[in-house]
Amino acid sequence: MAVRKPPITTREYWAPGHAACAGCGCAIALKLATKAFSEAMEEKYGDPNAFAIAQATGCMEVVSAVFPYTAWKVPWVHVAFENAAAAASGIDAAWKKLGYKGKILAIGGDGGTADIGIQALSGMLERWHNVVYLMYDNEAYMNTGIQRSSSTPYGAWTTTSPPGKYSIGEDKPKKWVALIAAAHQIPYAATASIGNPFDFVKKMKKAAKVDGPAFVQVHCTCPTGWKSPLEKSVEIARLAIETGIWPLFEIENGDFHNIKIQSPGGGAKVKREGGKVVAIEFKKPVEEYLKLQGRFKHLFKQPEAIQVMKEQIKAMWKVLGVDVILP
Amino acid sequence: MAESPFKADIERVEKEYSEKMTPGAIVYLPGSSVINKTGSWRVFMPEFHKDKCVRCYLCYVYCPEPAIYLDEENYPVFDYDYCKGCGVCANECPTKAIVMVREKK
Amino acid sequence: MPIKKVMKANEAAAWAAKLAKPKVIAAFPITPSTLVPEKISEFIADGELDAEFIKVESEHSAISACVGASAAGVRTFTATASQGLALMHEILFIAAGMRLPIVIAVGNRSLSAPINIWNDWQDSISERDTGWIQFYAENNQEALDLIIAAYKAAEDERVLLPAMVGFDAFILTHTVEPVEIPDQEVVDEFLGEYVPKHAYVDPKRPITQGSLGFPAHYMETRYKVWEAMENAREVIKEVFDKFEKTFGRRYHIIEEYKTDDAEIVLVTMGSLAGTVKEFVDKKREEGVKIGAAKITVYRPFPIEEIRALAKKTKVLALLEKDISFSVGGAVFADTSRALINEKEKPIILDFILGLGGRDVTFQNLEEVVDIAKKALEEGVKEEVYWIGLRKEIL
Ligand SMILES: Cc1ncc(C[n+]2csc(CCOP(=O)(O)OP(=O)(O)O)c2C)c(N)n1
Ligand code: SF4
Ligand code: SF4
Ligand code: SF4
Ligand SMILES: [Mg+2]
Repeated sequence: MAVRKPPITTREYWAPGHAACAGCGCAIALKLATKAFSEAMEEKYGDPNAFAIAQATGCMEVVSAVFPYTAWKVPWVHVAFENAAAAASGIDAAWKKLGYKGKILAIGGDGGTADIGIQALSGMLERWHNVVYLMYDNEAYMNTGIQRSSSTPYGAWTTTSPPGKYSIGEDKPKKWVALIAAAHQIPYAATASIGNPFDFVKKMKKAAKVDGPAFVQVHCTCPTGWKSPLEKSVEIARLAIETGIWPLFEIENGDFHNIKIQSPGGGAKVKREGGKVVAIEFKKPVEEYLKLQGRFKHLFKQPEAIQVMKEQIKAMWKVLGVDVILP
Repeated sequence: MAESPFKADIERVEKEYSEKMTPGAIVYLPGSSVINKTGSWRVFMPEFHKDKCVRCYLCYVYCPEPAIYLDEENYPVFDYDYCKGCGVCANECPTKAIVMVREKK
Repeated sequence: MPIKKVMKANEAAAWAAKLAKPKVIAAFPITPSTLVPEKISEFIADGELDAEFIKVESEHSAISACVGASAAGVRTFTATASQGLALMHEILFIAAGMRLPIVIAVGNRSLSAPINIWNDWQDSISERDTGWIQFYAENNQEALDLIIAAYKAAEDERVLLPAMVGFDAFILTHTVEPVEIPDQEVVDEFLGEYVPKHAYVDPKRPITQGSLGFPAHYMETRYKVWEAMENAREVIKEVFDKFEKTFGRRYHIIEEYKTDDAEIVLVTMGSLAGTVKEFVDKKREEGVKIGAAKITVYRPFPIEEIRALAKKTKVLALLEKDISFSVGGAVFADTSRALINEKEKPIILDFILGLGGRDVTFQNLEEVVDIAKKALEEGVKEEVYWIGLRKEIL
């Protein structure tokens, strides 16, 4: 039997021995992101190692770089929680002066990106640095013990959005930073998921290859914070796509009239007009995604909350120009 | 048997490991985390059945550590020094070539 | 040949930056230091300075970008003041902890509230524990010179700490004085290129900067900063010696003025030293045995120099434009530390004055001298005095 080539480079930039929880979806994202970057740099500059990382404080920082060890095999700088984009700006500027060819990868969690770091992010994008910002979105502040962020989805339990007599859990819909990033009219902004790794890798490569800034928001399961079975980290992320919870899209140059939507799979029926996705009829119910995660357990006692969630999902898709039907 | 892509890192860190303070607590040994054998975290271990493997690479792509590398024929090799036993590989394997079994201690 | 130009301290700071040739500059406007990034923009626009100027969206990002660039191994510069420096606070610790010799020009200004754009030293004094070397300039020439000296000291391998150079808001930042601009080649020779051995972001040599320090390692990293700051004492002396040889101007960690037989020494920093020296001259004419001392290097705190000074006099009167509530001025606390175990020590009195741009007049200084004399004759009744307070509106 003829064997296909491995679908991704076997070069490694993220070494084992790091302290991420077993089954950490964010670790999967970082591993793939660096491999994708390496491929892109090889294709663009002929040098697979022509990149460096500036990373925000958060789970993936504390598990990967504990003196005197590091999981990184690529130049890596951590400064603080809210300034990965600013630190990346500085490295980018230094590389320009040093005449280095390559690209800077800034990495932040949802807290470090959607909340405390959004100003630095906006500044970096607006100044057109040669930086890809990767937001690994595990939908809460995990490093400090699972507090809500503005990227925590509606209904989710976190330690600061506990359900109770007067609370259904998180009571605000998720903030979509990819849309905010795209509004800077940067060359490339996208959402991705570890539930579709090849799409994620493709997008990271695109992002890495553009001249100027790019932004990718990747959905990553956190089994610890989501109270989900370790082995289901990828399955859950995939279900988020298949049930309509997590849209996969690309926006180039801030062109909101031509958002590229990727097929969600899972049997969903996609309707296109003039090549554009205009409607999706999902076949897998949102509940399939929710029921695998302890953070949504309480919702099954409050079906009206799930209804609210569904309305929010529809509204979010509407922003993307897509009418959706949810089972 | 193929070599771990981290073999050089493992050898290097064993030789050069030092707690000596560096300016700014900079870590000069890339990939030195390999000194931490996280395999000890495991409760269940992935058992690989080569006969069922179709070399789809999904386990290789997904392993978060990574504790899976490829042999000369591109079959997955499980590195039990680092595998934390999460079971993602087994869950995603389309042919059930990976089975999680309780760790024999 | 060096040229003389009439300029504000802000321009002098921009000139110093130009001469030091940082590769990356990141700055955000704030009164009174806005002219620094403006002037630098002009230098770059005119092709006189070849640097990347990152026009950041905040001071937090300014210093963060400097940290990124400095971690990548290039010389960096920024300028700020007051709220801007306070906004940088978190990252100032990090810059020192990561051992990145960034230089900041600080137009010393008060901190809100109430918002006030005028001079005191609360902004940089409040950063005294961040691990930054601190210089205070008396005039515009010193602003230029000390920035160049700051790079030399900060980048020394025995030090590798960031440094800030303070110069008083408006009194210096906006006041023109003649300033001698050294030749570029001479500055190039003096500073050399910054090619750090410890910090770089180079794909050929991947290293990890900004690691997490568990209790097993954290204390040692802090100790290393302590050690570096201790080393800075000697290094700064060497730098000042070399500076004199190269540029002909002499700097001292503490500059003494008519202290040899002085019973009272007025100790201060920044531009106030000029006023105080004039005042000393006046009092000397009146036959009062008085002297002055100017702290040029505030961090590392000049412990030995303070001890030497203390041996010469009966009263150290500290004139401070900063306050650590419930204690007094920061220099007071530091001076006390320097002298606490000395067998014989002078009376130490602390005078808080000039906050938020309040003028410091000869009349204020007379009051200081009166209090000092009284303490000498009758013993110390109080240690901390607010001078020039408008008691009638309290
Ligand atoms: C200025 C500041 N505020 C708060 C913290 C504490 N803190 C560290 S990481 C973190 C949460 C990180 O959340 P996120 O960015 O989502 O990353 P995650 O840990 O979830 O991967 C917080 C609140 C900090 N380090 N710095
Ligand atoms: S808490 Fe979540 S994000 Fe953090 S390491 Fe564990 S699984 Fe990963
Ligand atoms: S069980 Fe988890 S850690 Fe072990 S090889 Fe499989 S995916 Fe990797
Ligand atoms: S996922 Fe299963 S079939 Fe695919 S390569 Fe791994 S073991 Fe083989
Ligand atoms: Mg998070």
